[in-house]
Amino acid sequence: MSVDLVIAIVITLIGASTPILIAALGELVVEKSGVLNLGVEGMMLCGAVVGFAAAYTTGNPWLGVGAGALAGMLASMIFAFLTLTLSSNQVATGLALTIFGAGFSALFGQPYTGKPLELFRSVFPPDLSMHPILKVIFGYSPLVYFSLIMVVAVWFFLQRTRAGLILRAVGESDISAHSIGYPVIGVRYMAVAFGGAMAGIAGACFPLLLTPQWVERLTSGRGWIALALVVFAAWKPGRLLIGAYLFGLIATMELYAKAAGGVFRVLPSELWASLPYLATIVVLVLFSLRARGSTGAPACLGKPFVPAN
Amino acid sequence: MNLLNARPMKTGISRRNVLKIGAAATALPLLGSRAFAQKATVKAAFVMIGTPDDNGWNYGHDTGRLYMLDQLGADKVETTVVTNVAEGPDSERVFRELAQQGHDIIFGTSFGFGDYMLKVAPQFPDVKFEWATGYATASNLSIYNAKFHEGRAVIGTIAGMMSKSGIGAYIGSFPVPEVFMGANAFHLAARKQNPNFVTKVVYVDSWYDPPKEADAARALLDQGVDVITQHTDGPAALQVLEEAIKQGKDVIGGFGQGADMSAFAPEAHLTAIIDNWGPYYTKAVKSVLDGTWAEGGFWGGIVDGEVVIGPYNAKIPADVVAAADAVKDGIVAGTYHPFAGPVVDTNGNVQAAEGDIIDDGEFWAAEAWYAEGMEA
Repeated sequence: MSVDLVIAIVITLIGASTPILIAALGELVVEKSGVLNLGVEGMMLCGAVVGFAAAYTTGNPWLGVGAGALAGMLASMIFAFLTLTLSSNQVATGLALTIFGAGFSALFGQPYTGKPLELFRSVFPPDLSMHPILKVIFGYSPLVYFSLIMVVAVWFFLQRTRAGLILRAVGESDISAHSIGYPVIGVRYMAVAFGGAMAGIAGACFPLLLTPQWVERLTSGRGWIALALVVFAAWKPGRLLIGAYLFGLIATMELYAKAAGGVFRVLPSELWASLPYLATIVVLVLFSLRARGSTGAPACLGKPFVPAN
Repeated sequence: MNLLNARPMKTGISRRNVLKIGAAATALPLLGSRAFAQKATVKAAFVMIGTPDDNGWNYGHDTGRLYMLDQLGADKVETTVVTNVAEGPDSERVFRELAQQGHDIIFGTSFGFGDYMLKVAPQFPDVKFEWATGYATASNLSIYNAKFHEGRAVIGTIAGMMSKSGIGAYIGSFPVPEVFMGANAFHLAARKQNPNFVTKVVYVDSWYDPPKEADAARALLDQGVDVITQHTDGPAALQVLEEAIKQGKDVIGGFGQGADMSAFAPEAHLTAIIDNWGPYYTKAVKSVLDGTWAEGGFWGGIVDGEVVIGPYNAKIPADVVAAADAVKDGIVAGTYHPFAGPVVDTNGNVQAAEGDIIDDGEFWAAEAWYAEGMEA
């Protein structure tokens, strides 16, 4: 394999991984606060269509990212109101949010189908971003650097700040956190809003980073991979980065191997397609063997909190 | 996702058998057949797996519906469109409801609706059913399809002449007959122009996954491919080609599938294979109006106007346009066949000897094979 090809593979895999990584980081924070929001795919679709609309109308990709974040956050607030204020079932509500997002994005996106968009390209000068070697560092959209910064930021927030400690406390034992005076519902609202904004940005990555168009169901199930990834990573941001790039690598290698032909054709296409999911199952099995049944999930994950007055 | 082209490979029902069944059926005395009466107005329904704004498959069917309405007049025909119907048991409910609502003819525009249409059809003998890309008929159920592979021969000719690297690619959905048939037609036509032409076939295991289609295109471009055609439902691959041209890479371009996709890739879009269902829909609905509708199968190609080659990109040289037109005209005249021998596959088996022609229908019963020089 030549250096050029390796660089090409790295660039493609990072592009494919970035939306999954951003959405999964958001969901990780949500789950750390004890809330399970299965509506990632729906929020991503909201972010994708609104992000497309904003970038298409204004011609400014930054506004597309901002609008996508806002759309994802608004969608997550529906979920938050139902599950946190009204204590509805989180699993059912999350699934409903996904269905809502698919329907809303299809409706909202009607005027935008068939319209091409400009990609959100690297902001570095062409000498760096188009350089045959250096492009592996400088050739990405700002969204890619954003995702990497957010990995560090989320880790720092959760592990090194007081606010992060409170959020984790709420997720591990909501009753204890409540009894020493922390606003459990308020903290969870903020976590869900953050998760929604991140999912919205992840959705906006699709038209801005991968395929500059809007079509229905553009995210094609990547939101579910983001959800699986949080479990895969055992709720750790660093492991999330590795997991996202591993998923991206498998998905990308599948296509490069098929394109290369020859010896790489040995593995059937269907096996390649199922590899990321097989990997998740293997990791889950390994975790449960090592940790004697504990996968690192927050103790209050998915449980509604109803404060006793 | 449109699985409509995913044909059964294990049922053993080939198009040829279907024709035999059809011939046997017409030979039988038409017991209990109803006298067809002329109708003043017709209610027609279209059941779709996606939505018409996919710029591809469903768009093509909806365009056909609008053409039919225009031809026959909105005072004669009333249409209903049901979108996003999954290819499963739920579609049975949709077909039954449409029949109960008094629709005279119902088009199921996706392969996977067939089982449910075959179930519902006997319960509504007065309603006509039409199954796109289907393989079995009933007394009130016909099938219709298009010879997309004829269009593949035309674009293969363009690819063979214009490619500088001599390596082209075919991004397919699944290795079902319709797809490997199209890939073979593309490759064989390209080889007539460049005897060393190589076609890399990559399956993305979906009819509809724009991010994966785009990544497949990137992977192919990185490995020396300079012309790509896709057998999936969207323009994602074309957009990657457009981006590569903008970055100054040595890339020729690609082709629209199902509909003209030049809006997405004005530079890279060389031409398109356009599905034109309008004439067939007009004929079918008109036959219901006239009371002449009959069970049957229709497989239209370029000669029927059902498969149309879009406008050529201005950057295609005149001699390439002439060669492409010659293939198109040859198919219409019957002098050019996409699967004329000699055809040898990658395992060295002779699929067609010199002078032989592989009948289009033979692919439906065949296991996937690829002509010499293809990498699949």
